[in-house]
Amino acid sequence: MNKEIIACFPQWGSYSCAFRYLFENGFDVKYMTPPPITKHTLEVGSLNSPDFVCVPFKYCLGCHIEALENGANCLMQIYGSCRLNFYGELEEKILRDLGYDFKFFNMAEINFRSPKSIIQNLKIVNPNLSLIKVAKTIPTTIDIIKTIDKIEDFIRKNAGFEIRENEMEDLFSEFKKKLDETTNSKEYKKLKKEYLKKIMSVEINKPKHPIRVGLVGDYYTVQEPYSNYFMEKELEKMHIEVHREMNLTNSIIKSKYKESRKYGKKYVKFNIGATANYTVAEVLKYAKNGLDGIIQVKSFGCTPELNAQTVLQNISKDYKVPILYFSFDSQTSETGIKTRLEAFYDMLSTKKKG
Amino acid sequence: MKIGIPRALLYYKNEKLWTKFFDELGIDYIISPETTKETIENGSKYAIDETCLPIKIFLGHIDYLKDKCDYIFLPRIERAQDRETCLNFRAQYDLVKNAFRDYNLNILFYNDMGHKEHKEEKAFKKLCKYLHIKKSIGKYAYKIAKQTQMYYEMFRSENQENILKSTKKPKVLILAHAYNIGDKYIGEPIIHMLEKLGVQPIIAEYFDHKKCVKESNKVTKTLPWSYNRHLVGALELYKDAVDGAVILTTYPCGPDSMCNDMMVRDYKDIPLITLTIDAQDGSAGLETRLESFTDILNYKRNNNNE
Repeated sequence: MNKEIIACFPQWGSYSCAFRYLFENGFDVKYMTPPPITKHTLEVGSLNSPDFVCVPFKYCLGCHIEALENGANCLMQIYGSCRLNFYGELEEKILRDLGYDFKFFNMAEINFRSPKSIIQNLKIVNPNLSLIKVAKTIPTTIDIIKTIDKIEDFIRKNAGFEIRENEMEDLFSEFKKKLDETTNSKEYKKLKKEYLKKIMSVEINKPKHPIRVGLVGDYYTVQEPYSNYFMEKELEKMHIEVHREMNLTNSIIKSKYKESRKYGKKYVKFNIGATANYTVAEVLKYAKNGLDGIIQVKSFGCTPELNAQTVLQNISKDYKVPILYFSFDSQTSETGIKTRLEAFYDMLSTKKKG
Repeated sequence: MKIGIPRALLYYKNEKLWTKFFDELGIDYIISPETTKETIENGSKYAIDETCLPIKIFLGHIDYLKDKCDYIFLPRIERAQDRETCLNFRAQYDLVKNAFRDYNLNILFYNDMGHKEHKEEKAFKKLCKYLHIKKSIGKYAYKIAKQTQMYYEMFRSENQENILKSTKKPKVLILAHAYNIGDKYIGEPIIHMLEKLGVQPIIAEYFDHKKCVKESNKVTKTLPWSYNRHLVGALELYKDAVDGAVILTTYPCGPDSMCNDMMVRDYKDIPLITLTIDAQDGSAGLETRLESFTDILNYKRNNNNE
């Protein structure tokens, strides 16, 4: 393994386990799990970011700065169909202006139609890269991501009704810790089997008709727990079953985009960009399935989600389902969120009883 | 049949193309009047608070048109010069449909997903089919309209180049989107202020789009937005010909929020000032800032001459 290259990708849900597996076993470089997001991350990020850029940029930049301070020297950024497309280049520019020395793997620069461009860009991470090795690790990486999504989905729906508090979460972090030591797919498969069984068999006491809430929002905010102020945890504490469809599996590995476009046709005719079509389709589905409430979390000024919000207001009227809209920026007060959430919960529970 | 064209967003990019096209076909149309404070107030009723100002203005224009015509003309342009446009342009059809649902508006559109120039022609063909216009007549009308738009742009661009060469006054490049600089509420006051201060405003938007987008490749690899690339390219092309540049942006514009920061970082040797306009107007603050900016430009000029 090339120990001199230390790669790092910004904190994004629980996926760092999967990325670590890919980079250490496929790319043959060291992977640094990014330090967990704290207040400091956001502060450093916003200090160096443009004023009214969306918050995920600030989180990513803060993560990268902290990673560089801790010794990482190869950073990465993905691309998307909104501002995310430009994240990489601007981040690199800002970090270079700050005087850091590092390699930057920017996926937006890859021309996916040309194999040469793909290989050239992959070689930024490790110049002596073996493509065969990378290709061999990809199926397991995808499986890890799918497992993580499966477990998280199960936790969201059931953790609120555990008999012993935090049991699932503890098991899940144990799983992630052990996952960080696996080097081959055999070990991983054993681990997966063991922990899936353990987590699924945690004792719960779930009423027949619990309060069910759907969570939608922009790609980063809905997936990274710190950036939505641990919304899922808060809801679990209130004994609510949380539904969320947006994750890596449903967006990239097995994209539900076409389905979403078709499903939401009554409200949205065209592709309105990024996660907006998913959001509309998910909300419509939740509304049709009779969920008690829906929460939209987004970063301030997120264009696609804003356009979706106009549509959501109509769906809310048509299906008489309450929707709570949260918009986060770098100066959001945590107490304010809690108060609004509590009021929302009170409304849902009285509605449920009456 | 009467068609309503909102004087907002893409209108400023295609005004001759659209109006000439309908003129040629003999279709009656109205264009909503210039933006006023009232337009913004009306538009804000339909918009979510944190939406950007141009969209609020746009919704205000739709509000004006909603009961004055049979169709509202809202083309959807996804790509220009092989680069993306802002996501709001992709969503404007669905945004209007949903925000004005109670009024059940009829919307006339063409959908230009264009990777290349001829895609626009195809989109117009479909529009003609929808309007039950004979193919050949529609094609002819489009060709005439496209040419008019082209000559109009060429004339504008040449005019700017001439001013750039002939004027003795200090020159300031205004970097703003077409729908900002052309708007009576956002762009015009700034142009007047600069003229009053004895400065010649040069409008980046008026330069040749193709040339500017091509030039922008020198500066940035991955900037996705075509209209922002135009501005970056214009700054790169004319940075030596002007004394300073004003970045005029609206709050909170998504593409601009990142692109402006890049420009400020990349062009450190040319005087740059960023003006942000939001729905609450306060032109007094802007005037003071522009005044001190022109003072700096004049001071620099005098120093160089000595």
